[in-house]
Amino acid sequence: MSNAQLKGAGLWADAWRSLRRNRAAMVALYLMMTVVVLVLAAPLLSPFSIDSTDWDQISIAPSLSTQHYFGTDDVGRDLFIRTLYGGRISLMVGLVATLVSLIIGIAWGATAGYVGGRTDQFMMRIVDVLYAMPFMFFVILLMVFFGRNIFMIFIAVGAINWLDMARIVRGQTLSLKKKEFVEAARAGGVSSFNIVRRHIVPNLLGIVVVYVTLTIPQVILVESFLSFLGLGVQEPMTSWGALVNDGAQAMESAPWALIFPAVFLALTLFCFNFVGDGLRDALDPRDRQERS
Amino acid sequence: MLTFAFKRLLTAIPTLLVLLALAFALIRVAPGGPFDAEKELPPEIEARLNEAYHLDEPLYQQFGRYLGGLLQGDFGPSFQYKDYTVTELISAGFPVSLKLGGLAMLLALLVGLSMGTWAALHQNSRTDHAVMALAMTGISIPVFVMAPLLILFFAVQLRWLPAGGLGDGGWANLVLPVVSLALPQIAVVARLTRGSMIEVLRSDFIRTARAQGLPQREIILGHALKPALLPIVSYLGPATAGIITGSVVIEQIFGVPGLGRYFVQGALNRDYTLVMGVVVFYGVLIILFNFIVDLAYRWLDPRVKL
Repeated sequence: MSNAQLKGAGLWADAWRSLRRNRAAMVALYLMMTVVVLVLAAPLLSPFSIDSTDWDQISIAPSLSTQHYFGTDDVGRDLFIRTLYGGRISLMVGLVATLVSLIIGIAWGATAGYVGGRTDQFMMRIVDVLYAMPFMFFVILLMVFFGRNIFMIFIAVGAINWLDMARIVRGQTLSLKKKEFVEAARAGGVSSFNIVRRHIVPNLLGIVVVYVTLTIPQVILVESFLSFLGLGVQEPMTSWGALVNDGAQAMESAPWALIFPAVFLALTLFCFNFVGDGLRDALDPRDRQERS
Repeated sequence: MLTFAFKRLLTAIPTLLVLLALAFALIRVAPGGPFDAEKELPPEIEARLNEAYHLDEPLYQQFGRYLGGLLQGDFGPSFQYKDYTVTELISAGFPVSLKLGGLAMLLALLVGLSMGTWAALHQNSRTDHAVMALAMTGISIPVFVMAPLLILFFAVQLRWLPAGGLGDGGWANLVLPVVSLALPQIAVVARLTRGSMIEVLRSDFIRTARAQGLPQREIILGHALKPALLPIVSYLGPATAGIITGSVVIEQIFGVPGLGRYFVQGALNRDYTLVMGVVVFYGVLIILFNFIVDLAYRWLDPRVKL
């Protein structure tokens, strides 16, 4: 038997293969990458800047010849560049706040699950209590009271989302601790560090990755929700939620101001959800058995 | 069942206290106050105002006073809407919000359950894929994007329905807000139903029912529906919370005079008692609802022990 055969298909190679078979998820993945590239390359694609106003070209319709591909808003700012820059903020908030919730959630959940016993019960009781809070209201209060600071958004949104993560990670750690393959590894004399590294972490990672992909759209949604209420990022910076809010107010005379940012926002959320779903199918071992 | 209900109610008490303390602290550490105005008030008047509203007392004393009032169902006077108590404002706004939210929830359950069951029965067919793609779209389009688009299409372009307000309270005014509020929930319910229904339909007792030659209708409604409902029942808690936060936006967009609008306005005006009242009211509502959901869950699935 050669070495290559012995190696077998790893978790990730396997997952990737099954994800590639999922046409919807792949289309969503490519679309998502396109949006990211567009958003990053924004300054190269348009001669305008986000806050330059042109009083001769107020609320003009989208057109290729004026280079206002998405039209302009009611003070003559180019909506193409504003939509793309808004995307930067929305995506960044999505990533950073998810990271915040990931760190708190993993630390909390893994500690509770690993230590177990009374500590576990106490920690999870706290999660239960916090779970019943109307958090959206607290976030709105935070934003109203402490200004429209982007770091406040990260903290506020990250602080809501870690609860789910903590529950998932704890449950997973608890069940992994008792799995036969961990026992087998222990019996085989593998050190606990290597057990964690080789057996627990990779098994946690799957669900964490899925969860991250599904949290990012939620976070983007929360941020745009806040921006929609006028509590998000401040002018001249913008985000998709803020643009949708502006657009909704002018939709009768200038529907493009609503439609372009709305499409970008919905498309991005759509892609994240589809990729997350595809990843869940690809990484769920239960499903894999059924298919084979 | 009774002891379970009692125990479960006991655990709600710390939750409630944390809710009250968190909300109170958050509102009070905020910079600015309810009497901030363009023109600064003379210090002696401000002192008298603070005294009248007990804002000069230490915070713990104010918190105690507030709790005492709450026990008697008194949310205190509103700072902004003079001559109104918060209790009056809430009882004026809540019926409107309840009507919107309740109808949205009903619509979400009816449509979501039937769509999900339909998709599960035709698993991997073209209709199944179509329904699921539609559901994913519903999840991905936020309430505040969907609502303006619906207005743009049905009210501005087609002129079929009014764009906002409650009018004389007729159905036409309710259609757009209720539908935009319900759409994301329909999507989630449909996805959950499809997943659990597929799992239930594969189980042995359904195979037995099939082998006995029961008609499809009987199998679905009489045997499969109850166990398949479990995940949907446990989703009802988050769904309520979602509809409540969604209604804040919906009421803003459609100009509906419900409770959600009071909340945002109150927060901006530092109307301490009004904001506190709305948060507490909704918090209690969610806690209560979760309690009912837990009871329902136990009734549906007697194996659950708590």
